[in-house]
Amino acid sequence: MTFITSAIFYIVIFTSVYVQVFFLVTFLQNRKKIFIRDREVVLSRYPRVTIIVPCWNEETTIYKTIRSLLNLNYPKDKITFFLIDDGSTDGTWHIIEKFEKYANIKIFHKENGGKYTALNFGLENTETEFVGCLDADSIVDKEALRRIFTYFEKDASIMAVAPAVVVNEPKGILQNAQRVEYNMGIYFKKMLGFLGAINVTPGPFTIFRKKVFDDLGPYKHAHNTEDMEIAYRMQKNHYKIEHCNDAYVYTNTPVALNKLFKQRLRWIYGFINNTLDYRAIVLDRKYGNFSLFTLPTGSLTVLAVVYVFFSGLYNIGQFIYSKILEYQIIGFHFSGWPGNFDFFFINTQTSFIVTIGAYSMVIFAIIFGKQMTRGTKEKWGFPYQVIYYFVVFSFIAPFWIMNAVYNTLISRTPAWR
Amino acid sequence: MNNNIDWKKYLIVFAITLGLFLSASYVSNYFGDKKIDQLKAIQDKIAIDILSSETQFSLLSELSCKNISDGALSPELRELGGKLEWGESNLGATEEVSYLRKYYSLLQIKDYLLMKRISERCKVKSAFILYFYTTAENCSECQQQGIVLSALRNKYPELRVYSFDYSTDLSAVKAMLQIYKIKDTVLPALVVDGDVLTGFHGIDELESQIKESFKLQETLPEETLPATETNKKNF
Repeated sequence: MTFITSAIFYIVIFTSVYVQVFFLVTFLQNRKKIFIRDREVVLSRYPRVTIIVPCWNEETTIYKTIRSLLNLNYPKDKITFFLIDDGSTDGTWHIIEKFEKYANIKIFHKENGGKYTALNFGLENTETEFVGCLDADSIVDKEALRRIFTYFEKDASIMAVAPAVVVNEPKGILQNAQRVEYNMGIYFKKMLGFLGAINVTPGPFTIFRKKVFDDLGPYKHAHNTEDMEIAYRMQKNHYKIEHCNDAYVYTNTPVALNKLFKQRLRWIYGFINNTLDYRAIVLDRKYGNFSLFTLPTGSLTVLAVVYVFFSGLYNIGQFIYSKILEYQIIGFHFSGWPGNFDFFFINTQTSFIVTIGAYSMVIFAIIFGKQMTRGTKEKWGFPYQVIYYFVVFSFIAPFWIMNAVYNTLISRTPAWR
Repeated sequence: MNNNIDWKKYLIVFAITLGLFLSASYVSNYFGDKKIDQLKAIQDKIAIDILSSETQFSLLSELSCKNISDGALSPELRELGGKLEWGESNLGATEEVSYLRKYYSLLQIKDYLLMKRISERCKVKSAFILYFYTTAENCSECQQQGIVLSALRNKYPELRVYSFDYSTDLSAVKAMLQIYKIKDTVLPALVVDGDVLTGFHGIDELESQIKESFKLQETLPEETLPATETNKKNF
């Protein structure tokens, strides 16, 4: 048994370190290609683009979202906004109506059918060369669109460009933990971009060539993660996705734990099920790093988080058990603070050293993620958020991951018979 | 899209990762060796101390009972015991560690014999407990007994606990087992003031017994008698 657990431990830790080193090597290879612009960029031409804003009960955030779109630094006659109310039951429609007077805004109201139906409704009405979407809970930086278009301009084979998503005005522990995670995500996403292995084209402000949808068809329900499925479909069809690390989008993230839980459950469930739907391309070298790196390591990460959680739980359990035993045997007993610090008792086992190494690389990713958001309104003092991040995501993430795995098993069971 | 997979990169990253693991293992071994060296150094010091005390005792004979000090040995023997125990679970069950364990057992026996001689000749009672346990099988009572003895030792600093692993492959330990007729079926076993106690004994029971046998002074935080006086009382 000890052999099996330590074998699992070494496989998990080896893979985690491998992934981190892979990102690090990718970073070192491409570091000169990463640039963060702080002023207006000039494009050789300004292609026509449609931005679809699907909204469902977004009365608290939609106003700012639309305002940020109107503020985009892009020729007004080249950009059209579709505000699509997907059967909201709150005051969303009233807010949208106020924007009807703008020449480049078109408003639509349809019966509720889910986000992907609203997006497809918009796509059906799109006549421009480029199309994008902006979730109604997000605010876009005014330079974002121009910066994204520099990618399309330099490489005609690029079919979609994902932005850098950061947390909008983080408050409290949960949002600050997410802020660290999102910033780190920018680093990882950028590296995946270099590897040609991006697996999500986020709802907030990914811009596509309209050809993508003309060729590959509209959005699908895709386990409520349509922005992930379209990326998988593009990868399967060898459509290039890039990441623009200085096109910032500020998104509102869940404040309450149950909302965060629901969101993550949906994401992880989406990841697991989209990966299962596309399992035929996993580890198939025809599909490049996406199938050889992103999908396998993503799946292993799911397993690793669960493993780390259970081994942590086991250790804490052991500690509590020994303390209870001690109490039962000798009662409350002040054994005193272990007086002199002795180097002898510092753990120097290989497993401990490599674990520290793995965590250091995560810290590097966090620091670099932070660097990549220096063009935003992000301000960093003492990074106490990093502590929040480790606490929140080490203790809570395993639950939504396990829940997602469980849901997958349950909903798949009938199909097996 | 990116059809050209950079296999070389996958391999290089693998090599780097492997390199990191090997380096970690090297560093780990390096520190492990350092720790074992440290244990050896403590053992050597204890060996010299015991030899010196024995010699001093033989030289001066009965006349100088009051010059015999016991303060120097126990803390180091105890420190060694603690480190050895930690080492056994953290440095792995290597041959070196088991060799250190044997040496430690031997040093304990020597310390015990010396204490016994001193107490006989100087007509004082030293407070010591012999404790036999096993690590060969899962002995939860041994674990519990260990907790009780540690607590007692913290409470009564003059109390010496000599602990022996039943499975130690050392003739001296086997002789001790024979003398007290300890079988592996009765572990944990204690020898307190000549009495053999088998099975688990709770803290209250043991405490009253050692208090009675050895007239021990409990240490009270800060207000205890100066250490030298406490020591004299027992000799």
